[in-house]
Amino acid sequence: MINKNNQVLSFAALTGIALLGASAMAQAATLDEVKDRGQVRCGVSDGLAGFSSPDSKGKWQGIDVEVCKAVAAAVLDDQNKVAFAPLTAKERFTALQSGEVDVLSRNTTWTASRDNSMGLNFAGVNFYDGQGFLVKKSLGVSSARELDGASICVNSGTTTELNLADYFRAQDMQYKAVAFDEMSQTAQGFDSGRCDALTSDSSQLAALRLQLKEPDSAVILPERISKEPLGPVVAQGDDQWFDVVKWTLFAMLDAEELGVTSSNVDDMRDNPPNPNVARLLGKDGNYGEQMGLSNAWAYNIIKQVGNYGEVYDRTVGKDSPLDIPRGINALWNNGGIQYAPPIR
Amino acid sequence: MATSFFRESLISPRKPPVSRQGLRGWLHENLFSGPVNSLVTLLVGALAIYALVPVIEWALIKAQWVGDSRADCSGDGACWVYIETRLGSLIYGFYPEAQRWRVDIVFVLFVVLGIWLMVPAVPGKKVAALVGLLVFPVVAFFLLSGGFGLEHVPTRRWGGLMLTLVIASVGIVGSLPLGIVLALGRRSSMPLVRGVCVVFIEFWRGVPLITVLFMASVMFPLFVPEDFNIDKLLRALVGIMLFWSAYMAEVVRSGLQAIPSGQGEAGAALGLGYWQRMGLVVLPQALKLVIPGIVNTFIALFKDTTLVLIIGLFDFLALIKAGTSDSSWLGFAIEGFVFAALVYWIFCFGMSRYSQFIERRLYRGH
Repeated sequence: MINKNNQVLSFAALTGIALLGASAMAQAATLDEVKDRGQVRCGVSDGLAGFSSPDSKGKWQGIDVEVCKAVAAAVLDDQNKVAFAPLTAKERFTALQSGEVDVLSRNTTWTASRDNSMGLNFAGVNFYDGQGFLVKKSLGVSSARELDGASICVNSGTTTELNLADYFRAQDMQYKAVAFDEMSQTAQGFDSGRCDALTSDSSQLAALRLQLKEPDSAVILPERISKEPLGPVVAQGDDQWFDVVKWTLFAMLDAEELGVTSSNVDDMRDNPPNPNVARLLGKDGNYGEQMGLSNAWAYNIIKQVGNYGEVYDRTVGKDSPLDIPRGINALWNNGGIQYAPPIR
Repeated sequence: MATSFFRESLISPRKPPVSRQGLRGWLHENLFSGPVNSLVTLLVGALAIYALVPVIEWALIKAQWVGDSRADCSGDGACWVYIETRLGSLIYGFYPEAQRWRVDIVFVLFVVLGIWLMVPAVPGKKVAALVGLLVFPVVAFFLLSGGFGLEHVPTRRWGGLMLTLVIASVGIVGSLPLGIVLALGRRSSMPLVRGVCVVFIEFWRGVPLITVLFMASVMFPLFVPEDFNIDKLLRALVGIMLFWSAYMAEVVRSGLQAIPSGQGEAGAALGLGYWQRMGLVVLPQALKLVIPGIVNTFIALFKDTTLVLIIGLFDFLALIKAGTSDSSWLGFAIEGFVFAALVYWIFCFGMSRYSQFIERRLYRGH
């Protein structure tokens, strides 16, 4: 979801990035810098439920935050050695370019223009998001295709609004848009019955649903009408660091696929049930050293942070108030599209 | 022969006039002095009751005051539990819990110094001013940031009310003297000084504060070498200080212009130099005249500190806003923002009352 006003405001910043991207790209050996510093500097969102938000004790929580912790565990053997920098949507890429943060883990959609023209590298996808619909149960609708003629609450001036128009045109259906300026107003409009359905990114729908007067009276429809792959980003020009962040993510996915969790990782390391686990946990081969890390890198991630499934359930999934179903974020062999290359 | 010039009995007492004193008199004078006023009073009263009763019911009567989780807040009233559980992070931001006593000390010093400076009965104002301007900032900086054996706490961990107060005090203390100098410079007879001051003031007054902060936070790092990293908070502080000093300069200049030129000329006739004339004759009168304008600027500055939100500094309001996205406490945004409004109102109202008190104290009747 990109606000048009924000786009105009950030035009100056983008121009600056384009001009100075070349010089900023020259940074190298981030891994050594991070090791010397003893801290990973990680850019996160300034508040998005389930992704990164400060809890009542002022500690950062969320699935994006866990990526930072995993990188710290892999590189510095300690998940707590992270300096979180809350960044606004406008600041985020400059912070990465200027070297203010080492990695940006801030619900950032992977798009061609961002990847190709801004001196950035997307290190993977930690959450496949997409635009969806929230409807009242009383409407009796079970699919977005049944929304013909419905009135739909939407944030005005966002790509969400454009996606909505595209989808209904493609499906040859009619709808009436009820536009609001702010997400909270949109949610209130839906709550007070101004519209039949509300559309936004599915991760936000879960949070919005919880804020309704009666959360159980609304349901999220299964269709996703846009692709919003969210993932950690690093600055272009330092392949070693890019690999470290990329494989941190892969290790968490591989661990889930191999059944390695934070509670059984010690047993698994002592008695690896198969060669894949032995390689993942550093009992076999030197896959950590090839990246410039210790061979216990993946062990540290899983022991301290957990595998992808554990992190998902804890932050946005079934053990969190948001309770977003795994859906396409399930592993490839479990009906989803999360797939990591093997460690060997 | 009795003359009957005198009455033999007292006149029976007349009906007393509608009292001009007491509650009844006040009511009659202010609220029910005529049919139109009475009607308006009744209408406004009904509207106030109609609007206020649900608010009071929500905020006080049906509100939930004790508890420790979201489950305790299921009623119709406000959930002040939400504020209570977050109070620590609202005041200290991300400051490490074990080090929060340092913030407390700075806060106590700040209050003591404030009383020393602002309550007229306490003696030693010159010492207080010196301590406040020279000693306190240094002590506060080392206490908050670390050094001399104290653990270093980087500014990105500062936040909450503490950060709001740091930004507001630095802005206020920095912009006033700078503004006075700029105002004097703008009225100077030296073309170079005057030109520089005019350009400075008009430039900073001509850009929105958001732009200043945005440039300081987003563009500035791109134009300097990569290893040269100035603290983000410092960048914002300098921006806020320069921005408000331009406004302050114009407020002070309006005071300077209200002082008749005879005052300065009389000073010159007595053999006083420029700085003596300004410091002893013109400025004391001019500043006294513009106290409302100065405090007005201070209040605006205090409220505008919330704009640092857009550059990712977590001041009081930003933490309230971020708290609304805590997934275990979703849906209590109204409580958060009402509390924020209350806190900002207390500070701004306090400043306003103090300014009125100072005005009355300095009033000389000419």
